[in-house]
Amino acid sequence: MIEWIISILLLIGGTFVLIGSIGLVKMPDFFMRLHGPTKATTLGMASLLTAAMIFFSTTQDGLSLKEILISIFLLLTAPISAYMMIKSAIHHKLDSIERTKGKDKIEDDV
Amino acid sequence: MRLDTRFKWLPTPIRSLLLFVVWLLLNNSVSTGHIVLAIILAIVIPLATNPFRTKQPLVLKPMLALRHLMLVLYDIVTANLEVAILILGPTKKLTPGFVKVPLDLTHSMPITILASTVSLTPGTVSAEVYPWRECFTEGEKPEQRFLLIHVLNLTDEEALINTIKQRYEAPLKEIFQC
Repeated sequence: MIEWIISILLLIGGTFVLIGSIGLVKMPDFFMRLHGPTKATTLGMASLLTAAMIFFSTTQDGLSLKEILISIFLLLTAPISAYMMIKSAIHHKLDSIERTKGKDKIEDDV
Repeated sequence: MRLDTRFKWLPTPIRSLLLFVVWLLLNNSVSTGHIVLAIILAIVIPLATNPFRTKQPLVLKPMLALRHLMLVLYDIVTANLEVAILILGPTKKLTPGFVKVPLDLTHSMPITILASTVSLTPGTVSAEVYPWRECFTEGEKPEQRFLLIHVLNLTDEEALINTIKQRYEAPLKEIFQC
């Protein structure tokens, strides 16, 4: 039973990480490419880590809760690294694709 | 908005608690030795680093903060599914766009939390805060700030701004009382 839960979680996690990577390849410009890794992978990593947590808690002595820490650190760092990348993209005046709305809302940085 | 805590020897109670829990999680044990060490670290580290810190607003409504955290976690899951569908769907139909959200928050810490939640949730990545320079002269009225976000599939700008303001900004405003 537990093996089933672990396998399903691993599959879900793997699928989401894969979808995130597909987004990275498929999207036409930098700004849209950023959406895959910041979001689709958070859920993927969360379920992979939950699977790891269940696996090590059942096969070894005692609970294994280190994975919660990893999830928290991922949740904290994903938006910040996305912000740093999009900020530098704006700074370098990187082109976004034609149909992007509201490009005039970007102000010049100093 | 309040900046100082009541206890002198425990300048940041929540951070101390966090240090305590993180230490136990890192060591993956609740033995007496580790608990004692965690308590010592939780008291000594905030005291030692307190002079370097800039004062941040305190969480004044912890229960509301917890509820907000649950809501955000739930939204992260749904946002993941939404973005996954958008990615797998036809790329040509997506209409990306930049949106400027006017902020009621003025302090940088609640704005950071808001920007991070926006990045993690509904098909949006926060790009920039305008004006990017922070004025912190006492007594001076802080200027209106904007959060520039990039949306993967922009359909209704007004509705998106309203969602962000009501769902994510209003609770933060209440939690920090600013």
